[in-house]
Order: sequence, then structure tokens, then C-alpha cells
Amino acid sequence: MKSLVIAGKEFSSRLFLGTGKFASPQAMLEALESSGSQMITVALRRVDLHAKGDPILEALKNFHGQLLPNTSGVRDAKEAVFAAQMAREALGTNWLKLEIHPDPRWLLPDSIETLKACEILVKDGFIVLPYIQADPVLCKRLEEVGAAAVMPLGAPIGTNQGLQTKAMLEIIIAQSRLPVVIDAGIGAPSHACEAMELGADAVLVNTAIAVAGNPGIMGRCFRDAVLAGRDAYESGLPMQSGHGAEPSSPLTSFLDRL
Amino acid sequence: MSTFTSVLNAMDWDGITAQIAAKTIEDVDRALAKTTQLDQDDFMALVSPVASNRLEAMAKRSQELTLRRFGRTAQLYIPMYLSNECTNNCVYCGFSMDNKIARKTLTATEILSDAELVRSWGFEHLLLVTGEDSRTADVTYLANAVELLHPLFAQISLEVQPLSIEEYQRLMDVGVTAVYVYQETYHRSTYRNYHHKGKKTIFDWRLETPDRLGEAGMRKIGLGCLIGLEDWRTDAVFLAAHLRHLERKYWRTRYSIAFPRLRPHAGDFEPNVVQTDRELAQLIWAYRIFDPDVELSMSTREAPEFRDQMLGLGITHLSAASRTDPGGYSTDDHSLEQFSVHDDRTSAEVATAIRAKGFEPVWKDWDLALEHSV
Repeated sequence: MKSLVIAGKEFSSRLFLGTGKFASPQAMLEALESSGSQMITVALRRVDLHAKGDPILEALKNFHGQLLPNTSGVRDAKEAVFAAQMAREALGTNWLKLEIHPDPRWLLPDSIETLKACEILVKDGFIVLPYIQADPVLCKRLEEVGAAAVMPLGAPIGTNQGLQTKAMLEIIIAQSRLPVVIDAGIGAPSHACEAMELGADAVLVNTAIAVAGNPGIMGRCFRDAVLAGRDAYESGLPMQSGHGAEPSSPLTSFLDRL
Repeated sequence: MSTFTSVLNAMDWDGITAQIAAKTIEDVDRALAKTTQLDQDDFMALVSPVASNRLEAMAKRSQELTLRRFGRTAQLYIPMYLSNECTNNCVYCGFSMDNKIARKTLTATEILSDAELVRSWGFEHLLLVTGEDSRTADVTYLANAVELLHPLFAQISLEVQPLSIEEYQRLMDVGVTAVYVYQETYHRSTYRNYHHKGKKTIFDWRLETPDRLGEAGMRKIGLGCLIGLEDWRTDAVFLAAHLRHLERKYWRTRYSIAFPRLRPHAGDFEPNVVQTDRELAQLIWAYRIFDPDVELSMSTREAPEFRDQMLGLGITHLSAASRTDPGGYSTDDHSLEQFSVHDDRTSAEVATAIRAKGFEPVWKDWDLALEHSV
């Protein structure tokens, strides 16, 4: 498997992990270790940036990968920019998963506010990975304002429905110049594998691992699925129906006459 | 953001030539079977010599993709040469400044006389062509010509000397929707062997023209290599990389590829490489399979039967009834021409052949009104 590069930084794992929804920091750590993930996202609203001994941050103090604070909970660009600046100051990283979902039910991202916030944050020196609708045009617009990667959703957060947006994801992957990280909706290792077979650069998984009966084992299952899917993609997948040589040549016989 | 020059500089001509030659039939089958977007490796397999054993499968895939994206239609356009004056000396071209032919740049009256004639044949899409002489056919001359012709045509494209971003924007303001500029060859080290004088000797200025067009926001950019100079397979891989670079960067723009094979012309240059019809068909199918959305165009340089057959198998755009000399539509004397055409059917005859194949000839596919809604 080729390594993944985002904003000049190399990752040998293509599985990103979310830290919410785990039964305990210990369960999170087990999943983190078995998954081999080198990029984990932490909700700003879940951690206490200023008090010492926050249980999630405490559990992650020996993590050597990339911490990716996210702005989950903000409703517009203004709030997102403020939250991002706070995260940078407290956590000492300019990496950011930009999440703006004013809709608290489905947590669907607001495309307009996300584009606006991304442009401001990039100018302010952030490495921005926006969580977005599977919208190919939006991906190109984010590329233009300097996003470091795009994170389109496969299905609404936490639904475990898999790649419901597959047709759009295929277009995004085909035309993107940025890494494409499929985020949200990935509910089983087979979904993660399918995303990687499509040519996604990485996947982000949280719920499916966090709420599994044994997050440690599930983390490993996702690690293997991502690896298999990526290796299959890089090796070149065959098409479902046969495409071998055909005995007659109805379309090319004219070439013999010319 | 970087231009295609940085991509090209990271590519190795000889290495790519060797990689193409080493492709196996398994590589070709893998590329043909792929459900995800094809990459440069796949394209190398499809243009490789061994892929000639899979032409039927390539034609079939190309036909499916072309029908799905473009339907049963053939877009028709006609070139109109405004000038054969040129300050370049290119060994393969009839307009080379060292060729002792009569030179002419059309006046407004002459432009209208040719234009009214081709309009009466049904054409709505006009491609204006010049040599490369910024003293006579400069951007002001071109802008004036476009303004003069706009009342007559739905769409006006250009094939002229490379210009600056600002100049392209000026031409877009008067209604130009597409510009075609062919690199001729991507082989940097031999490029100068064919281009001896004039601004065309500057490889990078030409190479970066599509980037400038993209920056200017041009709606369509046409690319191509002149087939007959260098190894066509290797040139095709560079062009495919160029296309991918542009599509990703200037994603609002449409793209088109043409396949000019050297035709008899004034001067004594003989092609270094002869590409057969079978090989050209392979090349066209390889591009279609590599890129289902790109427009593939075939000019009257090619034979009538070849053009008719390739329509729908990959080709989407055809010129027709073309003359390659300034004022050529209103005169019987064609001593000023750039090259001689192979398909000399009238536009009505070409349209009939298209219909006989079950396709619709499309004359109009743009409207000036669309430019004011943006």
C-alpha cells in the first residue's frame, strides 16, 4: 500500500478514528492500538481544553499520530472560526476537521458555511479537512480555497448505512486533486473496504468501532478491511462482467477495408 | 498553483516509451475491465502495441461510453481561415514563413463573404484559423472579426497563435467560447528540430497556453499532437497527462482532443512516423476509455469512410466541407492552402451520411444569450 500524504505529512495508515461514543478511554485506546490509526479526531466540545486531566486528552498523551480537533457543535462559519482558534491555542496543532452542522438531528453539514469558514481558516494558517456533503462541485470549490483534503459523507453520521452516496463519491474521487477521506455512514469493515476499492484515499470510522461489542477486535477488522480495499484498488480491480477477446469483430471490420 | 510544465518536467520521455513497449495483454485487459477511473498506467496499456490485439473490445467499450455521454449525435463545425501569414518556420506546415506562397489576411468584407457562404450551408459553429503573425492577425484583428461574425453564428472558436490571459479574456468578452492550441509534440528535446523560427520555437510558452486559457476561464480548450513527428504513443501519454492536469485544475472548462495526421502540403517535409488507420482508431478508443467526457474531434484530413465509421465509436465532433486557405470558400483558386483535405464532401453530404448511421447532425450547441446569464 502506498502511503497517504496530507499537507505534506505522510501516513502509513488510511484509517482515521473518531474518539466519541466509546464506553471508556480505555476502550478507545484499545481500538486505537488495534486499528493502527495515525490520525484521530477529537471533538472540542467533548474535551476540557483548559483543565488539566481531561480523560480523553489524558488517554491520548502517548499517541504519536496526528490529533485532529473537530468543530462539531458549531452552527455557522463564525462559530467554527472561533472554535478553531481556541483549539489551536489549547492543543498546539493547526490541523482541523471542520464540521458545521446546524441541523442537530441528522448532523448534516452546511455547505455554504463550510466553504466560507474553510477559506478564512486556510488564510489563518490552518490545515483544514472539511466534513461535507458528497457534492463534487463543493469539493472543487474547497480545493480552490485551499482545503488540505475533503471528507464527504457516505451516509448520515452514525447510521451505519454504508456508501449511500456512492455515485457522487465516484465523481469526487475521479476529479479531486486532494485526498478524499470518506467520513460518516461507514458501519462495517465491508463498507470501509468498498470505499477503498472505489479509490478513496482514507476512511474515518467512529460509531462502528466505538459501539462494537469488542472495540479492540473491531479496530483490527477495520484496519484489515482498509488495507485489503486499498491494495485491491492499487492492484487494479477486474470488472464484474467478462471483457475478454471476442471471436467476431463487428465494430472493427471496417478497418480491414480502409 | 503550478502549471503543466512542472508535471511534464517530472515525466521522462524515454522511460515512458519503454514502459509502453513493455505492456502486456494482461495490462490491457486489466485497463479494459476497470470500473474506476483509468490512470496513466492503464492508458499506456491501451496505446501500447500489444493492445492492437484487443481492438474489438476497445471499440466496444469506447462505443458504450460515447453513447452514454454524447448520445446519437454528431456536432458539426467548419474552419474558416482568416490569414495564412506566419512568422514561424515549422518544417511540416504549408504556412511556414520560408514557403514561397502568396500571403493573405482577409479584410472585413472578405470575411463576411466567406462567412455568409458557410452560414448558408447550415453551419452555426465557426472555427476561425490563422497562421501565427501578431503583426497582421493580432488580438485586435481577431476581436474585430469575432464581433463582425457574431450576428451570423451561434458559436465561434479560435485556432490562432498562443496569447496571454488578458488577451484571451478580451476575446471571451466579444464571444469566443473555445480555443484550440496544439502542442504538436511534447518531446522537449526534439521540439526545436521542427520549429526553427518565430515565437513557436519557445516550447514552454506553447505548453502553458492551455493553463493560461484555464486561468482566463475559457469554456472549452482543445488539445492535440501532430501525428507524424514523434512516437505517437508516447506523445499520447503526455497529452493524456496534460488533459488530466487541466481537468482537475480548471474544472469548469470542457476539453476536446483532435488527431491531426500530417497531410500533403507545400514544402518537402516527410513524416518521421506514419500512423495507420488501425493505429489511429486504437488511439481514439484509448482516449475515450481513459476519459469518457472529453470531446473527440476528427477533421477532413481523414477519409470519408473512416470518419463515418469512427463517429459514435468515439468521435463526437466533425468538421465538414473545409477549405484550408483564407477566402477559400469564395474562390476556386486554392493555391494559398495549408494542406489538402481528404474528405471533400459537402456539408449536406456529410449530414446525410450521419443520418444514415442513425445519428443526428447537430449544427447549433451554444447561444450567445447563455454568456449574459453568468
